[in-house]
Amino acid sequence: MTPEQIKQRTAIIVESMQFLPGGLLPILHRLQDQLGYVPEESVPVVAKALNLSRAEVHGVISFYHHFRRTPPGRRTLFVCRSEACQSVGGRALEQHAKERLGIDWHETTTDGSVTLEPIYCLGNCACAPAVMLDEQVVGRVTSGRLDALIDDLSATD
Amino acid sequence: MTTLSAYISLDTTSRSIGADEVAALLQASAVQHGTSVSLTRTGTRGLFWLEPMIEFDTDAGRVAFGPLDPGDVRAVSTVISPKGELNTEHPAYLGLLDEVPEFAGQLRHTYSRVGVTDPLSLAQYRAHHGYEGLQRALSMNSDDIVEEIANSGLRGRGGAAFPTGIKMRTVAAQNDTQKYIVCNADEGDSGTFADRIIMEGDPFLLIEGMTIAGVACGATQGYIYVRSEYPQAITLLNKALATAYEHQLLGENVMASGKQFDLEVRKAAGAYICGEETSLLESLEGKRGLVRFKPPLPAIEGLFGKPTLINNVVSLVSMPEIVRLGADSYHALGVERSRGTLTVQLAGNVKKGGLFEVPFGTALRDVIEQFGGGTLTGRPVKAVQIGGPLGAFVPPAHFDMPLDYEAFAARGAMIGHGGMVVFDDTADMGEMARFSMEFCAIESCGKCTPCRIGAVRGTEVIDKIRRGEEVDAHRILLRDLCNTMVDGSLCALGGMAPFPVLSVMDHFEEEL
Ligand SMILES: Cc1cc2nc3c(=O)[nH]c(=O)nc-3n(C[C@H](O)[C@H](O)[C@H](O)COP(=O)(O)O)c2cc1C
Ligand code: SF4
Ligand code: FES
Repeated sequence: MTPEQIKQRTAIIVESMQFLPGGLLPILHRLQDQLGYVPEESVPVVAKALNLSRAEVHGVISFYHHFRRTPPGRRTLFVCRSEACQSVGGRALEQHAKERLGIDWHETTTDGSVTLEPIYCLGNCACAPAVMLDEQVVGRVTSGRLDALIDDLSATD
Repeated sequence: MTTLSAYISLDTTSRSIGADEVAALLQASAVQHGTSVSLTRTGTRGLFWLEPMIEFDTDAGRVAFGPLDPGDVRAVSTVISPKGELNTEHPAYLGLLDEVPEFAGQLRHTYSRVGVTDPLSLAQYRAHHGYEGLQRALSMNSDDIVEEIANSGLRGRGGAAFPTGIKMRTVAAQNDTQKYIVCNADEGDSGTFADRIIMEGDPFLLIEGMTIAGVACGATQGYIYVRSEYPQAITLLNKALATAYEHQLLGENVMASGKQFDLEVRKAAGAYICGEETSLLESLEGKRGLVRFKPPLPAIEGLFGKPTLINNVVSLVSMPEIVRLGADSYHALGVERSRGTLTVQLAGNVKKGGLFEVPFGTALRDVIEQFGGGTLTGRPVKAVQIGGPLGAFVPPAHFDMPLDYEAFAARGAMIGHGGMVVFDDTADMGEMARFSMEFCAIESCGKCTPCRIGAVRGTEVIDKIRRGEEVDAHRILLRDLCNTMVDGSLCALGGMAPFPVLSVMDHFEEEL
């Protein structure tokens, strides 16, 4: 998408939502749901419509872990780092995910297939350790199951 | 051809270990056997070590099979015998669900419908006393509803345990044309999933609870702020909302009472601090989730500067039953100043993890041993972290405490949201202490110095201790830093993150 197209898409979203009370988060969510991230080009469009400064919009985007400023890979793998997952080997699983994908947190594999993100609890703590692939939660994940999950991804790509 | 009525959970955890696959296998095997199965996807009974589980209607009640391995096609397909009957010889046959000890040992009060009904069926919701609470509330005056909640003894289930009736009374007393009801469904604590289980398993209950709160306080608009980590809860809530609107259970003329109540789901964006109520309000206003100074209290100046009742999911869903059955029915359960039921959530390294609704006063040891059955690894329990990432690590020596807010506080612990995370003897408590500080540093809203800087320095000092650098001096420094954070932080993130660290220093001295 060209910067011009991004601006147009943003304008359409903003137009339909700008009168929502406290609408900035819903607008950013809609942008990220449709584009995969919140592009730099969207910021002035959103700021103008909501009568905010660009810095304010940037401030909001950067405050929340959920919003990204760069496009993610085709799939995003979230690995839970919280206590319940740690109690059953979560730390080793984190390490395994990084090694297997050859990337660190917030990075995307060179083939663009997977982005790796830390997450702090999926509410799946009774069947830990847990990961989430896009919006699909997987429980009781061993390193073997994680490998199979990643193999499946490459196979379906 | 006979038709079997079957039930399989659609909750996120059950699906995370194969409930969808088991559902597909069940349907396929029914076709093979020439039987037909009418399958309802329900919420979960909360017995996660038995999931994926299938329940069937019988004349005696619902019988269950579980856990069923989704990879074991034979195991699932033999649940129904070739004659089309239930195979009670099956190794996973559990008999009547009501007689499974961990289920029979509970008191399902607020969670009575979860796992029983189709979460999105308004007809089933109504058939199980749904909307009787709101019906009664609409026939009462506002003060009487508030008194009912106050007399029940309900205290906030989101962590701080503040009396819900007092908050409600404050909001109801404000003379403002615009007021709000906000549901805190951020559920950020590790080891907690009670809010999610309700939102996925009985969403109309939350809608009814918030509408009752709206009627009681004179608020016409509500928001449910749900964490982005719960996509399925958001989807199900939105569907239930649409149905409620279609049936005039929300909108301009709720149940033909002439009263208005509108409700909207708002998705959060992955910041733990936005579970703190004032930070949540900032976020709902479309801002960074920076904690506000109190006063003013949200009950007086909350969302968009208007009086706002902000409550946790479990607090709000307790209201329909309190109004339907009267305050006494709820107050009769529990002990001292902890009334009603607590939804204990057992997680981590535990054999039987799940959600158990029990009256306050139940012994902690019973919860961990009878319901939990010890650790998953079979090794001794070393510690249980209770009340989320800001909660202390409780050693087995303190397991004789009853579930009672004050009894916990007297031992330097807290019940919080009711989440309990079990660790076995291989847990590295120094590492757990370090994580508390690291988590606080990652999630700090940044408004005050003790938390913003203190958590970063705390992580560094713990690293030095763990590397063996001037251990004694650094231990003193760490305690000092913890005390500064406790005394000087604006909110409980910085104010309580030191508690797990201090509990490790006190109870597992040699590890930090
Ligand atoms: C750092 C922090 C995080 C919190 N997270 C949550 C949360 O996820 N859910 C919740 O209901 N309350 C949370 N709380 C408590 C809320 O501030 C508030 O007490 C609660 O929403 C009030 O509702 P209640 O009275 O029904 O418990 C948190 C508090 C703090 C300090
Ligand atoms: S204690 Fe931490 S999270 Fe709370 S207000 Fe201060 S900086 Fe923000
Ligand atoms: S701690 Fe990992 S899912 Fe809750």
